[in-house]
Amino acid sequence: MCLAIPALVMSVDGLSAEVEFGEVSRQISIWLTPDVKPGEYVLLHTGYSINIIDEDEAKETLKLLEEVASGLDG
Amino acid sequence: MRFVDEYRNSELGKRLVDRIHRRSKKPVRLMEFCGGHTVTIFRHGIRQLLPSTIEMLSGPGCPICVTANADLDKAIALALLPDVIIATFGDMLKVPGSYSSLQGVRAEGGDVRIVYSALDAIRIAQRNPDKSVVMLGIGFETTAPTIAASVLEASREGVSNYCVLSMHKMCPPVIKALLDSGEVRLDGLVCPGHVSAVIGSRPYDFLPRDYGIACVVSGFEPLDVLQCVDMLVAQIERGEPAVEIAYRRGVKPEGNERALETMWTVFEYCEARWRGIGAVPESGLRLREEYRSFDAEVAFEIELPPPREPEGCLCGDILRGVKTPLDCKLFRRVCNPEHPVGPCMVSSEGSCSAYYLYGENNGNG
Ligand code: SF4
Repeated sequence: MCLAIPALVMSVDGLSAEVEFGEVSRQISIWLTPDVKPGEYVLLHTGYSINIIDEDEAKETLKLLEEVASGLDG
Repeated sequence: MRFVDEYRNSELGKRLVDRIHRRSKKPVRLMEFCGGHTVTIFRHGIRQLLPSTIEMLSGPGCPICVTANADLDKAIALALLPDVIIATFGDMLKVPGSYSSLQGVRAEGGDVRIVYSALDAIRIAQRNPDKSVVMLGIGFETTAPTIAASVLEASREGVSNYCVLSMHKMCPPVIKALLDSGEVRLDGLVCPGHVSAVIGSRPYDFLPRDYGIACVVSGFEPLDVLQCVDMLVAQIERGEPAVEIAYRRGVKPEGNERALETMWTVFEYCEARWRGIGAVPESGLRLREEYRSFDAEVAFEIELPPPREPEGCLCGDILRGVKTPLDCKLFRRVCNPEHPVGPCMVSSEGSCSAYYLYGENNGNG
């Protein structure tokens, strides 16, 4: 029930935004992340963005995981 | 989709599993608190991939499962009142209360509507000015800020026939209550990802400090969970339990300050009743004095017969991590997702439903 999915913000109008995930687009409330900008991803939960996804951290995590895969982790 | 498929790469997964096997020496018990993690773990057969040194337990992190019958009965009773519309997330519909379910009262003519968001409930209130719309406030710290935001939005738009029955529950206090009961011993905790997106990782600091328990916040894709287990094992093997975040793309140590501010503007702590666990102080939320007019508890006074539990159902023990669904005589034979006896079978995130759907051999108990 704490399911939240990554959604791409297409446009922002005040405290609501148009987002896309998969093939779906939807109007959501960005009351909880008012600073989000188009082009950013949010974690979408019950019609609200509960956080902005940090792309740099996402890349960093993948890099770490790939290091494990290539045996660089020792 | 971005931020999803990357974390399902099976080659990376195998390497992580190999590393966990290399690293894990001591026998450890880890609990995944959150029902969402239970689903990831069962769906991807993660328990069987792990070395025999690691025992995984499912925790009480399913908001529907932990809702006490006394609270559920109240929601069901409200649904029977004329001129009341109940708005709820879909999973609640089939949960059996003491005497009926929301689905049952809907069949008897109660007006119960499934909403995707509390915002939808406000729209229903606007379209039905002569009715009261009661949004069922179910959920942990992930959901509570959205319900709080809906109250602020209703207040701003002057929607006076909207109110909330708050049955919200808070995660860190119940983790503490479980540990203090002495029934479960844990070495590590897979901390809930989306609860932590809101509260951050700091509220878990007491766990390594006071209980010596390793804590890692995890995302919900299989690689997220494996990375989290790997980090937990590393902490435990080093003998240095701490709080770390494996889900850094979604969780900051301080959480989402705006979401927390919204939640505390509308709500304050109160004691909450948890199924199987009982009353836990400061583990629930009620509406603050200033928002009384949006509080269903104030708007409606309801006398209820005492709650009762379904006979033979072990949900309470399962939620405390002391039994598994395999211990329940009703599992599969009487109780299944079509005819659930207890909430742990109704909710897709409940342990009984996970065991049912993904095979009981998946468990390592
Ligand atoms: S299998 Fe059904 S009756 Fe048994 S504990 Fe689970 S929900 Fe309750």
